[in-house]
Amino acid sequence: MEEREVEERVVEIEHPLPCLSESDTQGIIKGRDLFGYVGIEAVLDQMRRKTMKAGFEFNIMVVGQSGLGKSTLVNTLFKSKVSRKSCTPNYEEKISKTVHLQSVSHVIEEKGVKMKLTVIDTPGFGDQINNENCWEPIVKYVNEQYEKYLKEELNVNRKRRIPDTRVHCCVYFLPATGHWLRPIDVEFMRRLGKIVSIVPVIAKADTLTLEERLEFKQRIRQDLQANGIRVYPQKEYDEDAEDRILNDKIRENIPFAVVGTDKEHQVNGNKVLGRKTKWGIIEVENVAHCEFAHLRDLLIRSHLQDLKDVTHNIHYEAYRVKRLNESNANGLALSPLILENGTLEKSDRKPILTDVCRTVTGQAYGCM
Amino acid sequence: YIAETILTCDFQDKQYVGFATLPNQVHRKSVKKGFDFTLMVAGESGLGKSTLVNSLFLTDLYKDRKLLNAEERINQTVEITKHTVDIEEKGVKLKLTIVDTPGFGDAVNNNECWRPITDYIDQQFEQYFRDESGLNRKNILDNRVHCCLYFIPPFGHGLRPVDVEFMKALHEKVNIIPLISKADCLTPNEVKKLKDRVRDEIERFGIKVYQFPECDSDEEEEFKQMDKELKECTPFAVIGSNTVVEARGQRVRGRLYPWGIVEVENQSHCDFVKLRNMLIRSHMHDLKDVTCDVHYENYRAHCIQEMTSKLAQDNRTDSPLPLLPLPTPDVETERLIKMKDEELKRMQEMLEKMQQQMHEKDQ
Repeated sequence: MEEREVEERVVEIEHPLPCLSESDTQGIIKGRDLFGYVGIEAVLDQMRRKTMKAGFEFNIMVVGQSGLGKSTLVNTLFKSKVSRKSCTPNYEEKISKTVHLQSVSHVIEEKGVKMKLTVIDTPGFGDQINNENCWEPIVKYVNEQYEKYLKEELNVNRKRRIPDTRVHCCVYFLPATGHWLRPIDVEFMRRLGKIVSIVPVIAKADTLTLEERLEFKQRIRQDLQANGIRVYPQKEYDEDAEDRILNDKIRENIPFAVVGTDKEHQVNGNKVLGRKTKWGIIEVENVAHCEFAHLRDLLIRSHLQDLKDVTHNIHYEAYRVKRLNESNANGLALSPLILENGTLEKSDRKPILTDVCRTVTGQAYGCM
Repeated sequence: YIAETILTCDFQDKQYVGFATLPNQVHRKSVKKGFDFTLMVAGESGLGKSTLVNSLFLTDLYKDRKLLNAEERINQTVEITKHTVDIEEKGVKLKLTIVDTPGFGDAVNNNECWRPITDYIDQQFEQYFRDESGLNRKNILDNRVHCCLYFIPPFGHGLRPVDVEFMKALHEKVNIIPLISKADCLTPNEVKKLKDRVRDEIERFGIKVYQFPECDSDEEEEFKQMDKELKECTPFAVIGSNTVVEARGQRVRGRLYPWGIVEVENQSHCDFVKLRNMLIRSHMHDLKDVTCDVHYENYRAHCIQEMTSKLAQDNRTDSPLPLLPLPTPDVETERLIKMKDEELKRMQEMLEKMQQQMHEKDQ
């Protein structure tokens, strides 16, 4: 407030004070119309400094059959040994009899920015002869994290920063068969797509030629559409035209065909991450070879914050609304969590749900 | 005629009888008759089975195939499909039958997904058994499965539960040759690791895969060396291709990637050549022999035992005498009884067949 008054006195009044003209229909006063430099954009700097001090949290879940390269890919993405495989002493690669989830957390730092990265692994998924309901432990886990956050939020004395263990992104690994989605893929993505952002990837894609890769991707996209599966970035959540253009480009390319490795080789005098075979070296970060770079850009460089926002504003809110609706039937207290399979298919509640959802999301986007 | 033979004897060495030409005679007869071979391919969808079969026999057996999508697959059960093709090379005819198993291992719940496959193999044995015991044995159709190529995905860390269960269900009915499929996604180190791991697990779980017969000690050194190399290379890591690409100035079967060209017939790239040599050029006949002498005989003995024990059971329960504990006959008499029962059964079957044929003739 003081700064403003000083500026007014110093600068000579040459133009009338900015006011809303007829042409200015949006009601926003643009920077060039302002009477001098106000310094609003310094807010961005303040935000940056605060977040850098506080750090980010990011929780990523990897799901897929054993041997599809999940741990290697996560290590390659974050250029450090963050997977469960690298952290457990005496790690043995054997197939476990049940699906259980294990999470490993690390704090990684880059250019002063700290990130607390949690990788949630799902060993045993899809490895048995009978894989019915192997997705249930995963659905349960995701809902439990939402429940934890909800309980903390509803507390009278709540922490300043609620610890966020919600799953921000679920990377689902598809084996590079070249045909279609398998029944287990459809079942899993159909259920999880409603409660978490799924990013499907084609694993070990160095067994597909470029034509095969294109055909496979097309078929997968058709399959996803035919089964009503929504993967990230979801069309409904595009905020404006700019987002839509960017996300459309991504949507035309998913699922990304990736290859992961932690070994380096010499190619043309440079050290590159790659896999060396008798017929050539597959460079992981070369976009002509595989789409690892696109995946990394999506997950980390451009859409990391968006993933968190979608989880918080959409998936979490949907869960919250559902739970609160349940509690309203039982009085004001939050009813005990009934373990269901995480779908919002209660037909009698549907109309209420979508309306409440919209108002809630509207509010969430309105406030900063 | 006799004069001719005496003449030839005089011309050649007196000790030379002439039956050394027998292999040639057999050869000539077989060439005229032609060979047949039934090969089964099993494994999940998308492991390159069709492509490999096409590459092995240089044909396009799956031209008009339509792939099912995920919705259709949710309700799919394991099917057995057969394609037969007649191949001729240098005057030798081969009637090749490929038995495919679409749907194996694709569902969410794959409990006992090998059941249709074991049933099929047993059915072929049963059909051959009946034909063999019949009266007209001139034109028996041999549909028995001589070899089963089982495709192990390269994506895992070794054998998965479904692989182990499948092979254990089939190893006493058919010759199993495990293969590591789509080996172009593995580096040489990874191939070696996976092969060691699979060999270990095969031994640990007691799976009896097809063993190459030992070389005779009087074979050539080169052959013995080749044989040894072959044995150490199992399970074969294979790559198949339906396309021909240009590599190193030649047109070869291969796969074109942005990072290089994989040549299917290049031994340093994959074991396809070894598999083809083994399957077709050196061990095809042995595979058929083992099927006839071991697997089929096991089935036959098992079948007969079951039949006789059933008969014996039936006879005892039908007895009008009070159920006093019968004195158990000693082993020798039991064996004689079994033999007589077998003969009786065979006679009965032959009688039935004769009656049927007479019936048909009358009509």
